[in-house]
Amino acid sequence: MPEVGPAQGGNDKERKHVPQHETGGAPAHEVRDFLLRRSEQIAQRWADEPLFRTVFTVSREEAVEAGKAVVDALAQVADSQRVEDPDAAGFTGVREQLARMGAARSRAGLSTTQVAAELAALRPPVENLLVADLEQEAPERLRECSTVLSVLMGTLRLVAMQTALSEIQALTDRQRLQLLEVATPVIKLWDGIVAVPLIGTLDSARSQVVMETLLDAVVDQHARFAILDITGVPTVDSLVAQHLMKTVAAARLMGAECVVSGIRPAIAQTIVHLGLDLGTVKTRASLADALGYCLHELGANIVNATPDGAGRR
Amino acid sequence: MSEGFSRPVAGHVPVLRLGDVLLVTLQGDLHDSTAFQLQQDLSETIARSRVTGVVIDISGVEIVDSFLGRVLAEIAAQTELLAARTVVAGMRPAVAITLVELGLTLPGLRTALTTEAALELLAQPIVPGRAGGVREESP
Repeated sequence: MPEVGPAQGGNDKERKHVPQHETGGAPAHEVRDFLLRRSEQIAQRWADEPLFRTVFTVSREEAVEAGKAVVDALAQVADSQRVEDPDAAGFTGVREQLARMGAARSRAGLSTTQVAAELAALRPPVENLLVADLEQEAPERLRECSTVLSVLMGTLRLVAMQTALSEIQALTDRQRLQLLEVATPVIKLWDGIVAVPLIGTLDSARSQVVMETLLDAVVDQHARFAILDITGVPTVDSLVAQHLMKTVAAARLMGAECVVSGIRPAIAQTIVHLGLDLGTVKTRASLADALGYCLHELGANIVNATPDGAGRR
Repeated sequence: MSEGFSRPVAGHVPVLRLGDVLLVTLQGDLHDSTAFQLQQDLSETIARSRVTGVVIDISGVEIVDSFLGRVLAEIAAQTELLAARTVVAGMRPAVAITLVELGLTLPGLRTALTTEAALELLAQPIVPGRAGGVREESP
């Protein structure tokens, strides 16, 4: 699908109204030529801007090199006449570099808005150069070219912000996965009794992980009883209750009995107010109660040790 | 059909008798006709001999559908009518999750972790009035 950008709009206009323009070519190509011609000067000026100066601290040459890479990318995009398209092929080469720069600025404590402002500050130097370069051109032409350049710089900003956002997204996804792994340990309490202390809000993804790890543990440990401790779950709504009941049902199908423990008075009230039917689920107030119940079911007797019988079981 | 698929068990599923208990081991997919054959075999064997329990080991079953769930429930119900108890043993976690997601919690079905545990369960005396109900739980 062809992009309908100002570059092509300008091109059409030119063909219609001023077909014999002396310079010829679309404004985008004019901008491309300008970028390629002045790439060194632009990069030098950018190197003085806070964005490049603070990211590339080792040497000025490094900053200039990085600036040149960005200018080249812009020239490529202008060449393909897709100045409004952040997905233009020309940007792929500098995405990583832009991401690195954005990340470095974020680490320095700048907000996204401030980074965007720094990116915006890259435009005036280039525009000044363009104006100086095209002084002898018709004002009409100059305006067209500077519009194209503005759009192009705007797109660069968009690309940089997009890249930064996708980095953040990737980080969030990674951390969510880590949270899933961290938050669901299965503890063996006794021969044939395992427990999962649930902490934090239970959503579908987490409860799925809890269910899988618990059932795997039931198989591994030959557990006849599994205790789901919800002391660390702040609220129980119908969805959480449904997840719990699914886990209990799955454990039962495997031949293990599930006990839900750690139901605080407030949660018990909530469950009753919501009208949730946990009738099929065995519940206990505390983990200790649940363990006592399981031991009793396993046929173990709990005997309070006599004062002089310490160490005996 | 490639060789990679687990093919339906041809013929019928063997029913082994261990004392008062019948042991059935399901492997791979259960074909419709095989399932009906198994149901028939079981009910005839129970009626003919004085069997008090049936253990169905499904540890070899990796893929489950609503059909298998229904077959298990039906076997349990019909053995119950013939005064025998059915225990399903060795269900894999993935199978249990699938059944629950399908909404088949099979409330009337007795389950055990292993065949050994199932035999232990059958060795316990029947609590009067609770046969066919939910699993025995503490007072």
